[in-house]
Amino acid sequence: MIFPALFFYLFSAVLVGSAVMVIASRNPVHSVLFLILAFVNASGLFILLGAEFLAMILVVVYVGAVAVLFLFVIMMLDVDFAALREGFLEYLPVGLLIGAIFLAELLLVAGGWVINPTVAKSITAPIPGNVSNTEAIGLVLYTTYIHYFQIAALVLLVAMIGAIVLTLRHKANVKRQNISVQNARTKAAAMAVRQVPSGQGLRESDAAEWVK
Amino acid sequence: MTIGLGHYLAVGAILFTLGILGIFLNRKNIIVILMSVELILLAVNINLVSFSAFLNDIVGQVFALLVLTVAAAEAAIGLAILVVYFRNRGSIAVEDINMMKG
Repeated sequence: MIFPALFFYLFSAVLVGSAVMVIASRNPVHSVLFLILAFVNASGLFILLGAEFLAMILVVVYVGAVAVLFLFVIMMLDVDFAALREGFLEYLPVGLLIGAIFLAELLLVAGGWVINPTVAKSITAPIPGNVSNTEAIGLVLYTTYIHYFQIAALVLLVAMIGAIVLTLRHKANVKRQNISVQNARTKAAAMAVRQVPSGQGLRESDAAEWVK
Repeated sequence: MTIGLGHYLAVGAILFTLGILGIFLNRKNIIVILMSVELILLAVNINLVSFSAFLNDIVGQVFALLVLTVAAAEAAIGLAILVVYFRNRGSIAVEDINMMKG
């Protein structure tokens, strides 16, 4: 079967190309769109690897939430992105040098590395063959790794509360409803009955008392 | 022409390097820096999932899920800090973040 290899090269080529465009594109909106393309292709790679659940989660979480969040922030902030691009060419040589060294080291490590045959004996949770990928993850995630799962949930909760606390602001000139004050208002505090003498009307001081 | 573990590790390594390069090249634009961090975490996830698939161990995918969680939380907090910073300063240039310097 030549198709898995073909799709691997297709997905990884588009993934690497769109990752280049994420960091090189002039407009941050284009960067976000290329980031979405990169994540979709990475989820294609995950499907090739047999991790269907993670592939779907990648599309839902990254494309559906994180990328849209980036897009939202970019469009909300009125920033001169052209000015932020100054120095791009200045940093290019040193960046390329460090990147090339780093990539060469990583590829040397990955290329000269072989899996020890005894590692098969230390597998903690072998992938069961008779269940789907989602069920296989659930079988260990909710039993052996339940504490990791709960800590991840806690991290998300803290992130949510933190983001709300950071960005929520109370404007001074906006009137808000204070329900406890409203409920504490009694008939005696809200209204007053006056005997108005005929032909005289009410005085200013009485009116002030009413408004209160 | 079989695709082995090395092919996936090479893709992960290239993606990781591109993320680091993005941090170097866009030193002033913190939004692109955050996107580069997402690329780096995606490279880590590709490594975890490919090891999980080729060593037949599901734990790698569980950890990839946890990395995904942390990446989402990091993006949310980072962008929230960015919005607050923009409100205070009217700019998102990284070089201006030295107000608290003594």
